[in-house]
Amino acid sequence: MPAALSADSLIQASYFVTAVLFIMGLKRMSSPVTARSGILWAGAGMLVATLITFLFPGMTNFPLIIAAMVVGGSLAWWSGKRVAMTNMPQMIALYNGMGGGGAAAIAAVELYRGEAQNYATSTLAVVGGIIGAVSFSGSAIAFGKLQGLITRSIRFSGQQILNLLLLAAAAGLGGLVAFHLNASPAVVTGFFVLALLLGLTMTLPIGGADMPVVISLYNALTGLAVGFEGFVLNNAAMIIAGTVVGSAGTLLTQLMAKAMNRSLGNVLFSGFGDTGSAAVGEVQGSLKPIEAADAGVMMAFAQKVIVVPGYGMAVAQAQHKIWELCQLLIDRGVTVRFAIHPVAGRMPGHMNVLLAEAGVPYDLIADLEEINAEFETADVALIIGANDVVNPVARTDKSSPIYGMPILNADKAKNVIVIKRGKGAGFSGIENGLFYLDNTRMLYGDAQKAAAELIQAIKAVD
Amino acid sequence: MTGIVALYIFMLAAFTGYEVISRVPVILHTPLMSGSNFVHGIVLVGAMVALGGAQTPLEKTIGFIGVLLAAGNAVGGYVVTERMLEMFKSSGARRKGAAPEKH
Repeated sequence: MPAALSADSLIQASYFVTAVLFIMGLKRMSSPVTARSGILWAGAGMLVATLITFLFPGMTNFPLIIAAMVVGGSLAWWSGKRVAMTNMPQMIALYNGMGGGGAAAIAAVELYRGEAQNYATSTLAVVGGIIGAVSFSGSAIAFGKLQGLITRSIRFSGQQILNLLLLAAAAGLGGLVAFHLNASPAVVTGFFVLALLLGLTMTLPIGGADMPVVISLYNALTGLAVGFEGFVLNNAAMIIAGTVVGSAGTLLTQLMAKAMNRSLGNVLFSGFGDTGSAAVGEVQGSLKPIEAADAGVMMAFAQKVIVVPGYGMAVAQAQHKIWELCQLLIDRGVTVRFAIHPVAGRMPGHMNVLLAEAGVPYDLIADLEEINAEFETADVALIIGANDVVNPVARTDKSSPIYGMPILNADKAKNVIVIKRGKGAGFSGIENGLFYLDNTRMLYGDAQKAAAELIQAIKAVD
Repeated sequence: MTGIVALYIFMLAAFTGYEVISRVPVILHTPLMSGSNFVHGIVLVGAMVALGGAQTPLEKTIGFIGVLLAAGNAVGGYVVTERMLEMFKSSGARRKGAAPEKH
């Protein structure tokens, strides 16, 4: 058997195995029982593909390749091991952006080289390049916003027009390159600069509340860019993995946007999700504070307590204390359940990850559809740093920006205790009608401290 | 690979991604987003090929950055996904393990 043939068929066979492992890994990741093994399968696929690529015919620059892999890999390993669970969303954004950058870099190498490619290949390289570059710079902004490095949403009139102009200009230069009209290095450079700028200007005006949707969208876009560059390189593993992620990510983005009752266009172009000061509605009634001691007694003698965590719990790192509190209640014979809104926190399922970190078994945790009927039978609904996801205004007030968003029916519980840092409105800037109800009591303070006080109060009951 | 075969692969892979995700419970959305983020780290093999074929200093520089970023995507995506999924256990599995600490 000729050596070249055997190397090539070995590579193709390995990429095939990788594609199978990726798909089966993702499939296993979609059930809580098998999820843990799913990432191992996918990881094995990645390892096989990476190792076999060293055998690629005509490969040079091995020291450079290995150096880049060691530097990038060890930085990511170090940061990924260190990051706190609460900061997971921005780390995903960061790693995703790096993937987009990788895809853009492949496109750049191919386009700068400018060897005889057919129109289809150069077009795919250009399209993958612009998507990858937008995902790269956009994800960097998303990371900066969630990490608190960028605190303001920069917004000015004519922003949409600027974005459109940037897109048109980038597409124009890309067209020149793709159809071999002018593929000079200057044009290619201009194309990538414009694409990177577009990612910045698209993401800067988007408020923090919408970031989960944006991160998911960029995840799908990176997948697509990887798929396109896979066509350019004639690499089946990249085509399949990239396209699978592209379509799965698009579906995930849609599910998330739907859970927030917003369309994707709305998220990208409206700029709500920040401090919508015009959106503050008038609410009748007053806020009624409660002491931790009284709140503790109320829960200790309850039959059933439903806990609704929100981003406030993540900020205060209160998940461990909250679970300790719930274990005390369970030991007293109280039924405890956790109700998770699809968009609680900064990512769908963000709360689940935090609760899992604290050691809460996932069978105590319920989705919106599962739990909503149960609020009527609950003695206490304990709201921890959640706001918009329990705001009954979403059911009643047509003028509210969150009107129509499915909410957790915490207001149906016999008593509602809200742990909240201060009297300000939520992330969306919308006043919360729930806080003003007759059966609602406010427990002001940091969620971790409040939970510790509640634990003391419940222990003092005996 | 001819254009039409490539198109078929694209179409089938797109449906596969859609099917794999469509029945996922909400609790796994974040780990799954992270997992799919890891899977597109396969861009690493493309970046390796691009750098492996690079000749001019410019190509080598861009290729180097590409491999560095792609390796970050793959490794970082794996580490955080694995850490997240590590924590998903049912109450049954937990009782078999260490008893939860009490104060």
